[in-house]
Amino acid sequence: MDLSFFVIQALSGLASASALFVIASGLTIVFGVTRIVNFAHGSFYMLGAYMAVTIVPWLLEFDRSPTLFFVGVLASALVVGVLGVIMEVVLLRRIYRVPELFQLLATFGVVLIVQDVVLKIWGPVDITGPRAPGMRHGVEILGQRFPAYELFLIFVGPAVLGALLLIMHKTRFGVLIRAATQDREMVGALGVNQAMLFTGTLFLGAFLAGLGGALQIPRLPANTGMDLSIITEAFVVTVIGGMGSVPGAFIAALIIKMLEAFGILIFPKITLVLVFLLMAVVLVVKPWGLMGKPEVASGRAVLPEGILNLKGFSRNETVVWVVLTLALLLVPILGDTYKVKVGIEIMVFALAAFSLNLLIGNGGIVSFGHAAYFGVGAYAAGLLVTGPLKAPMELALVAAPLAGGLAAALFGYFIVRLHGIYLAMLTLAFAQITYAIFFQWVEVTGGDNGVVGVWPSRWAATREVYFYVVAVLALTSIVALRHLFYTPFGYTLRAARDSANRADAIGIDVKTHRWLAFIVAGAAAGLAGGLYSFSKGSIDPTMISIAMSIDFLMMILTGGIQTVMGPLVGTAVFHSVKDFFMPLTDFWRFFLGVSIIAIVLIFPKGVVGALDGLRERMGRRAPAPTTPPAVARETA
Amino acid sequence: MTKLDLSRRTVVGGLAATGVAMTAGTGSAQGAPVKVGELNSYSRMAAFAVPYRNGMQLAVEQINAAGGLAGLGGRPLEIIYRDDGATPGDAVRVAEELVTRENVTFIAGAFLSNVGLALADFANQKKVLYLATEPLTDALTMGSGNPYTFRVRPGTYMQTKMLVDAAKSKGVKRWAVVAPNYEYGQSAVAAFKRLMGAAVPGFEVVAEQFPALGRVDAGATVGALAQSRPDGIFNVLFGADLTAFVREGNTRGLFERRTVVSLLTGEPEYLLPLGDETPDGWIVTGYPPEQVDTHGHQAFVTAYKAKFNDTPRLGSVLGYVVPFMIRDMFNKSRSTETTAMMEAFKGLTTQTVCGPVTMRAIDQQSTLGAWVGETTLKGKLPTMKNFRYVDGADVMFPEAEVRAARRT
Repeated sequence: MDLSFFVIQALSGLASASALFVIASGLTIVFGVTRIVNFAHGSFYMLGAYMAVTIVPWLLEFDRSPTLFFVGVLASALVVGVLGVIMEVVLLRRIYRVPELFQLLATFGVVLIVQDVVLKIWGPVDITGPRAPGMRHGVEILGQRFPAYELFLIFVGPAVLGALLLIMHKTRFGVLIRAATQDREMVGALGVNQAMLFTGTLFLGAFLAGLGGALQIPRLPANTGMDLSIITEAFVVTVIGGMGSVPGAFIAALIIKMLEAFGILIFPKITLVLVFLLMAVVLVVKPWGLMGKPEVASGRAVLPEGILNLKGFSRNETVVWVVLTLALLLVPILGDTYKVKVGIEIMVFALAAFSLNLLIGNGGIVSFGHAAYFGVGAYAAGLLVTGPLKAPMELALVAAPLAGGLAAALFGYFIVRLHGIYLAMLTLAFAQITYAIFFQWVEVTGGDNGVVGVWPSRWAATREVYFYVVAVLALTSIVALRHLFYTPFGYTLRAARDSANRADAIGIDVKTHRWLAFIVAGAAAGLAGGLYSFSKGSIDPTMISIAMSIDFLMMILTGGIQTVMGPLVGTAVFHSVKDFFMPLTDFWRFFLGVSIIAIVLIFPKGVVGALDGLRERMGRRAPAPTTPPAVARETA
Repeated sequence: MTKLDLSRRTVVGGLAATGVAMTAGTGSAQGAPVKVGELNSYSRMAAFAVPYRNGMQLAVEQINAAGGLAGLGGRPLEIIYRDDGATPGDAVRVAEELVTRENVTFIAGAFLSNVGLALADFANQKKVLYLATEPLTDALTMGSGNPYTFRVRPGTYMQTKMLVDAAKSKGVKRWAVVAPNYEYGQSAVAAFKRLMGAAVPGFEVVAEQFPALGRVDAGATVGALAQSRPDGIFNVLFGADLTAFVREGNTRGLFERRTVVSLLTGEPEYLLPLGDETPDGWIVTGYPPEQVDTHGHQAFVTAYKAKFNDTPRLGSVLGYVVPFMIRDMFNKSRSTETTAMMEAFKGLTTQTVCGPVTMRAIDQQSTLGAWVGETTLKGKLPTMKNFRYVDGADVMFPEAEVRAARRT
């Protein structure tokens, strides 16, 4: 490797790192202050690029000067900043008091809406922006040509870093941001206007995302896939750097992009998995990221976000659930084949979602990567049936939960050592690594094409019989899992969730209990995955994708993580909404997004949580003490 | 009476004027429509799928205006469009809905290869005919091929072979390849190595880059390719990745004095976004809508422009060709029974705006071809020059290979 190549490749890495940092810095600031995992950050980035390819060429009509180019870029970023404010005022402000996960759900709703709005306004074709005037050329460096614009980008990152540090240390706004990042409640207690602080933070965050997008237009065409292609990478940067730490994000972006610039020389396919590998390693070694600090609040007893008071079924509820189960079992007799198919899918997803809620609602272990265990189960079953073994379906359905449980045991060992958002991001990292393995191991897994021919044994080949196979396995698993909530094991998990320190002090082995829960949930998800693969006849990596994990989250949040049975209702509602809008319109994502946001606003405790609240009001004529005002308003 | 007649004539005339009426001698279709279910990623892959649907709608309109499906008593053809959610799981559910709820005679469509393969297997399992219009993966007609699945668009191997045939005479030996890291990219590279390796003695690949789809780090990738000092570059990137790659490569001079061979880049979907940075002289497969003047092609272009106020894309021409193949199939089968339709498709030849297209029986792959030429700028508009239409029949898998692959 000669010197000039080394220098040029390093410069390429620096330019990309710089661009990535601008975007990630906004995400980390927003998270630090509001604790919201803002999925819509990628949408702001995309909007920044679309704004810029609209505004900048219009400005350049007047004069092709570099000044006007950058005026256009800043204007685009400002517009996006204002959109961030709108999102804060219209949506987020209403839901700061609901569980943090619901805010994530709401921002994901925004992602879906923005995707279709962008498609509607700018059309599906990529829009290539103008190059920056005066920076079209290449600069000769050690005999090699390097784009002038990228040289400029290299300086943008440090400049933004400097500006942010100045704001953080020299302005009142910045000091408040730092204070809120350290201890949000204390800032509130000291009488700071939190609404203004949050609005300002969202403006800054969205502005930075928009700036990042607008600065990309000389390099990348504005396209409808930009949001999702950047968001995971931006998350990884903030997590590796330490959530809320701007300098940390800078260092993380540098490490990632330099590793990538040189890594692709040795492993040309490394980009698929590199960032997640790095994140997993960093989190295992440094649980709070490179420059993050343990949260002040992490030792404090806080109101938990999960199942609070566990009640058995009342007589009426028992009747309702028995009737519902019977009605479900009648579907193959009364409904058409399609209803049977949808029924199978709902049962399968209900099992996966129910197992996820054992972790989230009951254990406080937020997993962003539950699809990993679902997918591992599906692949285990699918590969057994189609591979050299040609095993029967029965064996495959035994193997699926085993494989899911094994994967959960392996990953869970590391995962349960972490806390909060870092734990969630490590689950995501492991899920993405699993995804990459199945994606890349073409000889065995068929790569992204997957493997087809995963059909049930002959006796279960008809949809109706397979429906009952799924019904028996999924429903008994759900009943068994539900039983777990009520056992001492379930209580122990909730104790560990509510205060790990206190649970530890009374002699509970918190990590082992969490690990066991993780394994059980993984096995259940694995079974669900196995059942799903036989219902659709094939396996492929979309079953392990982030989108799948998010779908599971959506399901339990829709139903309500404070209730035991909520995930089941949530699955049915979520799947039905999707199934209802998909055939109707090309813009089904828009309606799905609107539905999600509506659910968050109207039922901040989920559908079942809202029903419970309603019943409590009817019974006691007073809202339950933990009911947020929004529920009271809606159910009044 | 005369008044009534007059008004009816006016209505019919009006209808004919809005459609593209060439109803000389025939009346319009009548009877219950024959339904075909079409699934595609209209939402996620809108840049390709929407022009494709436009092309289909135009063709269906013309077919029905010209008397519908003669083989089925002049019944009109109706295509029911559904979004496939861009994942195999959603697609299979939607296919089930089309078959059981809408009672479609067969299913068609899919853009993504994994969706296409899942649908093909669904068709095989449920004994439903599946006309795979767009997915490119070779597995669809080879290793994972089945009797119920027919494919229209020339697959990855066929398109790569067209390029190799066009570029091998240059005798370039040192190649660098860059492809998106998924099945399409990997198969294209494998086919390229195999075919170019056989055609050019001393052929070697000196650098390979497989960036993740949609996430190319153009600077680092261009740097890595340039470092190996190749004489030729084989590119499989498309979409936003391609634009980023071309800009970076142009600035850094990666393409200067090198032969560049690039898959699909001549398709308007991917070529137009390159704008004034379109490199000159890349050897590509694609479609130059303004310049094709064989087989009544310009009549199609004019009709398309009139209806949608946009130039056709490759998706449009593909979408336009398919309903005519369906019409001819029904005219031959005279039945909507799956086995009859399958028999009818085998060896069926349809006259299309691309020329005659035959569904080869042995692998159920159509002989629809593609245009091979060089990229260029006409004024400010990217297009192709020195192009010719390569008939798919000339670049298909050899029959012995098909037999070996489909034996299972």
